[in-house]
Amino acid sequence: MSALPRAHDLGLIGCHICGLVCRDTHVEDAACPRCGGTLHRRKPGSIARTWALLIAAFLLYLPANVLPIMRTVSLGDVDDNTILTGVIELWVKGSPDLAVIVFTASIVVPMMKFLVLGTLLLSVHRGTNWARTQRAKLYRLVEFIGYWSMLDVFVVSLLTALVQFGFFSQVEPLPGVVYFGLTVVLTMLASMSFDPRMIWDCKDEDE
Amino acid sequence: MNPSPSSIEHAPKTMTSTLMICEQCDTVYRRRPLARGDVARCLRCHAVLERHQRIGLNTMFALVLTVMVVFVQANVWPIITLGFNGKQIHTTLWGIIMMMWQEHSQVVAVLAAGTLFFFPLCKMLLLGWLLAYGRLGRRAPGFERWMVILHYIAPWTMSEVFVLGVLVSIVKAHLYFDVTPDAGAFAYAVLALLITVFSGIDLRQLWDKIPEVAP
Repeated sequence: MSALPRAHDLGLIGCHICGLVCRDTHVEDAACPRCGGTLHRRKPGSIARTWALLIAAFLLYLPANVLPIMRTVSLGDVDDNTILTGVIELWVKGSPDLAVIVFTASIVVPMMKFLVLGTLLLSVHRGTNWARTQRAKLYRLVEFIGYWSMLDVFVVSLLTALVQFGFFSQVEPLPGVVYFGLTVVLTMLASMSFDPRMIWDCKDEDE
Repeated sequence: MNPSPSSIEHAPKTMTSTLMICEQCDTVYRRRPLARGDVARCLRCHAVLERHQRIGLNTMFALVLTVMVVFVQANVWPIITLGFNGKQIHTTLWGIIMMMWQEHSQVVAVLAAGTLFFFPLCKMLLLGWLLAYGRLGRRAPGFERWMVILHYIAPWTMSEVFVLGVLVSIVKAHLYFDVTPDAGAFAYAVLALLITVFSGIDLRQLWDKIPEVAP
């Protein structure tokens, strides 16, 4: 046994909901004595579920970027914005710093989630020892920043509610924003269903 | 022969206080008392295992009450006012949600209502309920069930993202209009601060801090 015993080595199991340390009785669907949640050694069906949610999220992410998310009408002049043109407009017309924030939240973060979760899934599937600490860190980062992608959805909603002057000026949401909102929800679900314990489940060679 | 689930009832109770398992990599540790400002990290994956919790149940209860007051203000007052040709439009959170519903983006309306109103509201009310009893040293009725629900809704509250959204919207609308942040925007800013204070609090500690009374 290594210096850092894992729950499985000691016949223990940690409740995923309340964190209670329980003795592993090898009973299917044993309930946590403290919170009543089902005890699992690993999240059930984690890899398949995460793949499914990630692929679904990616499929929605394409229309979210290609389709416009917002229409601005100003004196009969119609202008459709995609996520990217919105960022560019913000950059050109006054606040590059906010443009960077929006760019990070709506483009960098979702792309990073796809790349990181995809890499994690593939590496876990192959059972590799490669860069485990870094991979664990990346997972925590993705978990932590994931929901900030919702920023653009809220901005479109706020502007729609604010700018309502009929012909003179109006902002309308377009389908892209719906796809984008769903992408964010699906990527959040995907990162929640991934079980980071699997990163450490391969055989130790370096210890 | 498998032991029945009921036989594990008593086994873990002695271990609860002494052992803990890293959420991220399943490494088992013996708990140690932490001094103020201490953070216990996992040696294997470097995840945070536990922080010293200096906010007691009473303070937490006071914080939740404060959050409730601010939350009401953030929802009642208009967030942004926009002026154009002498006309003024005030926006509240529910105004935004209704507008998105009417503009054929029902999905967005539901997302906003959930993440900005219902989930934060549930979280506050549940915490308030659990702590109102907890500070008297008792478990509130339905304690286990509420704690589990709290665990599931926690990741879906997004008020702090909305605050950033308000900032970006003000800057964007300012390009064309006369925009002023209203009381609601400031209430949201305060809310974001309080949420930051709360983010350091591990709610799972309530399981240990509010002991089960022997039946």
